[in-house]
Amino acid sequence: MAARALGWLAVLALIAGVGAAFGYAPREVVQGNVQRIMYLHVPAVLTAYLAFALVFLGSVGYLLSRRAGWDRLALSAAEPGVLFTGITLASGSIWGKPTWGTWWTWDARLTSTAVLFLVYVGYLLIRGMVDEPDRRARAAAVVGILGAANIPIVHFSVKWWRALHQPSTILGPEPSPIAAPIAATLLINWIAFTLLFAYLLAARMEIARLEDTHAG
Amino acid sequence: MSAYVRRAWMVAWKDVLSERRSKESLNALVFFSLLLLFVFQFALGPERARVEAALPGLLWLGFILSGLLAFGRTFLVERENDCWEGLVLSPGDKSAIYLGKLAGNVLVMIVVEVVLLVLFAVFFALDFTPALPALAAVLALGTLGLASVGTLFGAITAQMRARELLFPVLLLPAVVPVLLSSVSATQTVLAGEPLADAAAWLKLLAAADLVYLVVGMLTFEFVLEG
Repeated sequence: MAARALGWLAVLALIAGVGAAFGYAPREVVQGNVQRIMYLHVPAVLTAYLAFALVFLGSVGYLLSRRAGWDRLALSAAEPGVLFTGITLASGSIWGKPTWGTWWTWDARLTSTAVLFLVYVGYLLIRGMVDEPDRRARAAAVVGILGAANIPIVHFSVKWWRALHQPSTILGPEPSPIAAPIAATLLINWIAFTLLFAYLLAARMEIARLEDTHAG
Repeated sequence: MSAYVRRAWMVAWKDVLSERRSKESLNALVFFSLLLLFVFQFALGPERARVEAALPGLLWLGFILSGLLAFGRTFLVERENDCWEGLVLSPGDKSAIYLGKLAGNVLVMIVVEVVLLVLFAVFFALDFTPALPALAAVLALGTLGLASVGTLFGAITAQMRARELLFPVLLLPAVVPVLLSSVSATQTVLAGEPLADAAAWLKLLAAADLVYLVVGMLTFEFVLEG
């Protein structure tokens, strides 16, 4: 019931987000309407990071307690995490074509996001290869922990390797130079994506719980 | 502490001894390296400048491909004759077994790397000797990074279906930072520049090695349960 309410809340927030992205946020001077992809792109990647943080939390929690709930958390966060990373890559690619003139470039942030995507696809693959729940949970947890510990290392290695993408405006150390309506629209969409993620997480955890109890 | 080191040593020694007697991995790996050299040559053509430009990447491509084969086998031998149970039942901190296996893998990789370097030197008429001390430092750090993740993931996938497929799919994205840093540092070193010019990369490599080692040591007992 709570999950369903969360779902409707996410729907409302997403409608508000789309409305704000097309109705409220101003047309960007240089890029034009294409820039509105940002309201999908940035919230998606922030949500993906949240998801992978939860995978890490669930993985550590499982290894320490051996309670199946932690493993369900890790699994249920990893699937939407991969989805949102995929959305980030796809939307970024569509955004890159008109602005940078190319679908893909081996820029630092593109590459590190793609590596992140591959790491967690591997995480999901490994889960599919083991049938015994405890063994699956342990193997996945170790991969999840190493994957999370690897994120800053991947980030720095790829950053030094190459940089074209603009540095992060929101997460950077200086006060953000972003215009207020754009920031507000981003915030609405970020909340909407987080709600959507929370709904997907709750729904997936419930499915996983049912699977666990009925598989015996 | 000394008992811990001795346990790690026993595992490494056991693997070295069985490898020396069976010669299962190393012979094949050396010939695999030779074959890789042919593939590189076919891919790049006879032009010397192209080989030299691509050399750091080719070297690490050779190392990681050999590593994929070597690391994936690390724990397969333990599946026979209930050896795996023996490891699980062995007393003390399980991370000693991880370190022992890691040491064995690093040793195998060093042999493969030396062979590959010699083969490159002979077949592509290259001279590594001026860069050798600096190159050794880069190789050591890079190999430790590859092997520490490879050993851990090798243990994870040893008991799985489709492990030959799963292992590279897991390992390759995880070691991207090691490969990037190693290739960049190797490029600097082979260009004849001093090791200090690659300091940032070496620090990153060292940090990565440390993180992988710590994660491996902390999580290995959960992997070993099988």
